Amino acid sequence: MTQAHASGSIAGKKLDIAGHAELLVVGAGKAGLAAAIEAARNGLQVTLVDENPVAFETMGESVPQLYGQRMTGAVRNRNAMMEAMLRASPEIETALELGVDVRLGAACWGLYLNTGNLGWLEKPVAGLADDTEGTMLISFDHAIVATGRRDMGLAFPGWDQPGVMGATAAATLSRLYGALDGRRAVVLGTTAEALLAALELADAGIEIACVVEQADAPVAPAALVARLQERDIDIRFGEVVRAVETDADGVRGVELSVGPVICDLVVLGIGAVPMIDLIASAGARLVFDDRCGGFVPVLDAAMTTSFPNVKAVGDCAGIWPEKSIDPEIAAAEGRHAAASLAGKAARAWAPPAGASYDLGAYRKDWVRSSVVEAAGEPYVCQCEEVSAREILEVTPPRYLGWRAKANQPRSLSDILGGGPPEPDQIKRLTRAGMGPCQGRRCREQVQALLALQENLPLDAIPLAGYRAPVRPLPLKAAIPATEDPAITALWDSWLGIPRQWVPFWDVEDTYTVASLATEKDYVSE
Amino acid sequence: MSANEPAAGGASVVIVGGGVTGLSAGFWLAEAGVDVLVLEKGLVGWEASGRNGGGCSHHQSPLFVEEQRLWPIMDELLGYPTEFRPDRIRISFDEKQLTLYTRAVLNARRQGFEVDELDARQVRELVPLAGDNVYAGHYYRFGGHANPHRTVQGYAWAIRDRGGRVMQHTAVTGFRQQGGRVIAVETSNGTFGCDQVVIAAGPQTAWLAGMLGVDIPMRVSRAEMIVTEPLPLMAVGGVDGNGLYGRQTMRGNLAYGGGPHEWLETEKLERGERPATPLMQNIARRLAELLPKAAHARIIRSWAGLIENTPDGRPVIDRVPHLENLTVATLSGVGFGLSPATGHAIQQLVTDGTCSFADLSTLRLSRFRDLEPDWVELQGWLPVGADRDGGAKAGH
Repeated sequence: MTQAHASGSIAGKKLDIAGHAELLVVGAGKAGLAAAIEAARNGLQVTLVDENPVAFETMGESVPQLYGQRMTGAVRNRNAMMEAMLRASPEIETALELGVDVRLGAACWGLYLNTGNLGWLEKPVAGLADDTEGTMLISFDHAIVATGRRDMGLAFPGWDQPGVMGATAAATLSRLYGALDGRRAVVLGTTAEALLAALELADAGIEIACVVEQADAPVAPAALVARLQERDIDIRFGEVVRAVETDADGVRGVELSVGPVICDLVVLGIGAVPMIDLIASAGARLVFDDRCGGFVPVLDAAMTTSFPNVKAVGDCAGIWPEKSIDPEIAAAEGRHAAASLAGKAARAWAPPAGASYDLGAYRKDWVRSSVVEAAGEPYVCQCEEVSAREILEVTPPRYLGWRAKANQPRSLSDILGGGPPEPDQIKRLTRAGMGPCQGRRCREQVQALLALQENLPLDAIPLAGYRAPVRPLPLKAAIPATEDPAITALWDSWLGIPRQWVPFWDVEDTYTVASLATEKDYVSE
Repeated sequence: MSANEPAAGGASVVIVGGGVTGLSAGFWLAEAGVDVLVLEKGLVGWEASGRNGGGCSHHQSPLFVEEQRLWPIMDELLGYPTEFRPDRIRISFDEKQLTLYTRAVLNARRQGFEVDELDARQVRELVPLAGDNVYAGHYYRFGGHANPHRTVQGYAWAIRDRGGRVMQHTAVTGFRQQGGRVIAVETSNGTFGCDQVVIAAGPQTAWLAGMLGVDIPMRVSRAEMIVTEPLPLMAVGGVDGNGLYGRQTMRGNLAYGGGPHEWLETEKLERGERPATPLMQNIARRLAELLPKAAHARIIRSWAGLIENTPDGRPVIDRVPHLENLTVATLSGVGFGLSPATGHAIQQLVTDGTCSFADLSTLRLSRFRDLEPDWVELQGWLPVGADRDGGAKAGH
């Protein structure tokens, strides 16, 4: 027994690897498809995965987008959704013709590469999950991550009701799936992405009741605002949603200061957020860049992350108005990254020289006017039911029934002891962001709340960490098909150090490695 | 303020390290009326102290009895919630596991603690998420689990409530000695004079103590855990076995870890990444076996932590012979659960020179006086790549 536990190291053990890709591309949007096609043309063996079509039940959990329960039943028909995707993205056909291994409905929940405190992986691996094939690991030489964007959540009374959804989710359901269930929408925010969603929904036959903006001027480029005006879509400035009216199907209308507005969709467009979860959980270096929509991976001119063999392209590399308006920019990024793998990159990539508006102030203003000043303390974290006040007072979760003895108003930094407030610390103490939606709905709101409270710029607040699996993964689906017998043999609940749990009355005066030659029963923790 | 001059904020006792051990020591010192300052390079309890299994039953330790006495009263002592839940049920799935787990039970019983033997039916009655694969179980009428991060924050707040200080974002860079004593601790935020110093800095303990000529053999390993979405609360949250440690949290999540680990080089002061690995899947397999009725539950996080380990895996809590005012503590992976007792013991070592409630002789540093110089290699604790070419570092 002793020898079996003498070195429980994972070094040299094998993972259950189901395949290998010279290039793994994650995300089959414009950028990912362009990257896969370019790489295949350059002779690389490419695997392209995309989590769409997302299962109906998963969408119901607001994963990976804030779908607001407004997907039609058509989403339940997986084959129909696959066909809809192929119609919406003709480049998929091109990729298939070039021999790209295209896997739709396959979510990538983890990227694992050796880095500072991880060295035993023989090759970089990616975790994939698929409703029909289950979970698997594939190894890769290079990866291009093109995971796109999601929408910043925004609390107001009733934002947990069916019908409140993200702009990206609305556009995806409408364009990619043809399965958006709604007739009349109120759009929140005047970002380029909000206005583009408004135009796209209008084109799809959804009436846009109005666009609501807390500020007194739009932040999107003037040309885009003009396109809205051409369509007679009103922007109501100085307004937030004060409440929603609901029935059994969810939202029926919203309450603005000027009165009620009838709608069955409230579309959140106050912030398009780069979907960096996969890159972040792998441990790539990140930076908050207000030119790029928030936290993005640090990229070089070839769009390479701090991992030399991982690149990021498309919205997850940065979101700015021109790129949102012209999908060709994202596609060009994909081609550029793939071409650079073949040593053919023509030019250096760089984000825009400056931000088109003060993104930090804009998001903080929305959170102040909608969340902090809301009546009735709506939950910012819906999963764990945590309000803004509870976050800012660092209140223990209510399942503890805890009452602080002294209720002295203290600043956050005073409560936490100097330095900028750390969202991960707030998260663990209040549980905001710890639920099954993995912080997708509240992460940026908590960031803004902490910045508001401490009167700091948004970029002074660190990113609340992302952890694999970046999509919720059932235990039974996560079980590997096979396990290296060497892993099974050395498995122990702790490190398997021979004398660690020997009772203190049975411990020798001195310890040497040679003393292990004397057999003692192995004890567990 | 010059970094060479003692800062105005020196203290009678300066504790290096705001992990659970240093914080508990700070709490007990502040409780005893001592002017105490805890220095933490990052945030309190940010490393393994705040993200572990939360288990509180260390039958092997001379501090076990005090650990068991204190946990049920920690909320009251600190004035903050720890989410402590008592008791533990350990499930075996075959004769081999039962034999292994029974040894731990015998050691606890010998110290006067009660453990009931359970048959498979009794296990299923007590553990609604258990299944038909149960072989047998043990019900520990002691031990239990707490929420690590909530507890470390509770210690930190309790120190402040008693007039002590905790300085975060303050990295120790050196020590000033005079006449066989440490007279000041040098940090990134100035120099702090002191009458006594405690080094309890987790993986950083060896190199910090090394600056004072104290050789503490230790190596760092990475261990991993997974967490599921919340499930309905079971009556006893501390259900483990099948090669796993962990618990159902008071919120209802299943938080479990176990299995092989990787030996690493110690990072000095860095707050580097702590990536988890696909071993998440192997933990998931064992958790689905442990609690089959939870197999549908979705994993929503996994994480890794770095743990310091002495050669025999046992803590060092000791005063150093050649410096009259230095106490060192490294808990070798069992710091969280033992922390109430450890802090109490360190407080007594500092203020009284000896521990009144436990015999700490088996935790002395001198037990390693005959340790082989190449013990790391002999025990197979070298990091990956130390004996391989650069190919092992594919991707970086």
